Amino acid sequence: MGIDLPLIWAVIIGFGLMMYVIMDGFDLGIGILFPFIRDRDDRDVMVNTVAPVWDGNETWLVLGGAGLLAAFPLAYSVLLSALYLPLIFMLAGLIWRGVAFEFRFKADEGHRPFWDHAFAWGSIVATFCQGLALGAFINGFRVENGAYAGGVLDFLSPFSVFTGLGLVVAYALLGCTWLILKTEGPLQTRMIALARPITFALLAVIAGVSLWTPLAHEGVAARWFSLPNLLFFLPVPLLVLAAAYGMIKALARGSHGLPFLLALALLFLGYSGLAISLFPNIIPPAVSIWGAAAPVQSLGFALVGALFIIPFILGYTAWSYYVFRGKVRAGDGYH
Amino acid sequence: MFGLTALELARIQFGFTVSFHIIFPAITIGLASYLAVLEAMWLLRKDETYRELYFFWSKVFAVNFAMGVVSGLVMAYQFGTNWSYFSSFAGGVTGPLLAYEVLTAFFLEAGFLGVMLFGWNKVGPGLHFFATVMVAVGTLISATWILASNSWMQTPQGFEIINGRVVPVDWLKVIFNPSFPYRLVHMTLAAYLATALFVAASGAWHLMKGHRTPAIRTMFSMALWMLLFTAPLQILAGDQHGLNTLEHQPAKIAAMEGHWERTPGEAVPLILFGWPDLAAETTRWAVEVPHLGSLILTHSWDGQIPALKDFPPEDRPNSTVIFWTFRIMVGLGMLMLALGALGLLQRLRGKLHDSVLLQRFALVMGPSGLIAILAGWITTEMGRQPYVVYGVMRTADAVSNHSALALSTTLVLFIIMYFFVFGIGVTYMLKLVGKGPGHGGPAEPERADPAADTGRNQRPSRPLSAAPGAVLSIGHGE
Repeated sequence: MGIDLPLIWAVIIGFGLMMYVIMDGFDLGIGILFPFIRDRDDRDVMVNTVAPVWDGNETWLVLGGAGLLAAFPLAYSVLLSALYLPLIFMLAGLIWRGVAFEFRFKADEGHRPFWDHAFAWGSIVATFCQGLALGAFINGFRVENGAYAGGVLDFLSPFSVFTGLGLVVAYALLGCTWLILKTEGPLQTRMIALARPITFALLAVIAGVSLWTPLAHEGVAARWFSLPNLLFFLPVPLLVLAAAYGMIKALARGSHGLPFLLALALLFLGYSGLAISLFPNIIPPAVSIWGAAAPVQSLGFALVGALFIIPFILGYTAWSYYVFRGKVRAGDGYH
Repeated sequence: MFGLTALELARIQFGFTVSFHIIFPAITIGLASYLAVLEAMWLLRKDETYRELYFFWSKVFAVNFAMGVVSGLVMAYQFGTNWSYFSSFAGGVTGPLLAYEVLTAFFLEAGFLGVMLFGWNKVGPGLHFFATVMVAVGTLISATWILASNSWMQTPQGFEIINGRVVPVDWLKVIFNPSFPYRLVHMTLAAYLATALFVAASGAWHLMKGHRTPAIRTMFSMALWMLLFTAPLQILAGDQHGLNTLEHQPAKIAAMEGHWERTPGEAVPLILFGWPDLAAETTRWAVEVPHLGSLILTHSWDGQIPALKDFPPEDRPNSTVIFWTFRIMVGLGMLMLALGALGLLQRLRGKLHDSVLLQRFALVMGPSGLIAILAGWITTEMGRQPYVVYGVMRTADAVSNHSALALSTTLVLFIIMYFFVFGIGVTYMLKLVGKGPGHGGPAEPERADPAADTGRNQRPSRPLSAAPGAVLSIGHGE
């Protein structure tokens, strides 16, 4: 038996996407929380907590795209054309917020509120569109002769709108707990107050997806609710409840770091739950990772690079976070 | 929209987004290397002038980098959204190359950019310099992979087609395809040239305003040195690239030259100007120089080159367009050479910072590097048509199945948003350039800077704050 290259690549891409979700998640979350914070210095602090790292966070999204093209070109072409509109609008949102990082500090007094809005709305639109795409992905796509055979609006369904809103809630919690970690004073107090209702909202979202998916998809129901699978997977929902309970306790205790870690854990668990439901399909409901894989020569060549380089990337990314550790205060940053 | 087909709309959309995008990486590549040089000079000589220039250009760099990242993100996804058949057909080759770009370049740039821009007070000078160098190296690695991928689409080799898709068989051949070295050198030099011209123009602008600080004199001088050496090198590289194209993409050369008929035994003239008429299969109003075409392209007195009529009409690139884009690029290249030479002349005469003629020339030439890059890319990309992978896959077979309506909608979205967002970005960049060096270090909040938002109304505060103690008594500019 040889090495299962498609499986290894599925793990790498899955890892890359998870890195994206938890890392860009909190900086998108800061944009989502912008409407709740009016004070200008507070907004500057919020942006400055992520200004040195947001670009690296977003690079994981590019890795997801490039990895998918390299390892599963069929999935790349089908998924990206099926998700045409949500992805284009996601990109539009990312453009707005990406340039707003720089522009809001370079703008005249009069134009600054405009870029604040651009940052907030860009973040919200990008997140919502990612959630739409996720929902459409779970629902599956029509594929005929190796190409997407559905319509341009097929991505839109009550379920995908629900996951869209759900992701906005999820990223908001990440952003909120990140700010609890990185700030102090009134801004931090405000975030601690916000974190509690957002946690409950996220629990509702997780519960909604967990019920909706098996009801709508027999395959998913069969995977979760048959024995012995149920016993293996049961820790996932139990850990979700434990993490949420821990979060409420940690917030009440005024802990600075724990809420962020627990928010990451919640996101990770939700992500695992989806992976359990969908594996090994890369174009649900019918195309598996082996059916969409690139030629062995492509998988092997790219794998050498990925295995050697990703540890370095994680190393210097960690170093960069270490350099910018600690609380961020008004007036920090180079601007 | 306007009766255009989905294919035409997809091509317009790609051409539009990639043209906007390419401007930013070009400046990013040039400025990143420039910043590394400035920081090295500061570390070696301990001359504050260099650090002042570093802070100044790093702010411009930051705005430019942000625009490069977000417009590049669009490109990474557009292959799949708009060119899905190309992606599933050729993804086995272009995918790994793109993945290597992300792994070896994008993460490196992004990871060290934070330290470079915000870490001045958080890490020591040595480590900070290391971060700057990593960002610069990242931009060059990025150019290497993306040009390997693009060159493979122009001159593909090292693959087989199995079950209707590309399977790489020899990665060294794929990466080091025939046009790759030429394209890489030509593009990297173009990025350096465009940046040098941009820096020279901003230096000239400040000199003309009477801002004669050491920092401004230094950057003007450095930019003109760079231009002096890079412009001739680029012309040499361009010539070699042309010979390579003649060998591997003869139809492109024929279209660039507006060369329709081949007469055996007769030398090829160089058509300086004219109007290639596709319907009539001739170049109208041609102004020709006898033998020069042979001389340039074959380096012999009456060598032959293929003509457009050697190819069936459906395999010919659009000569009308690329004939002219090519001439714009070459013409600007000659002007760059002239600017470099004039700079040297005035330097030898000891009037580098005093020649009004030189300053005006440098100012006007500011955007010429970017215009030349755009013209060059249109030439090479449209010259590849009607193929997306030259000789292997036609562009018409590469496009996704979207309706013209969907493509029109997103095209309009892109056009409005790009002009708005990037228009404002460029305005901010020019505003920063207009402020000039000497406006505080990296940790100083912008709002504390009195000249930041005053515009033209509060002139008196400006030259003084721009250059404490170094302002010459030449009237306060503006």
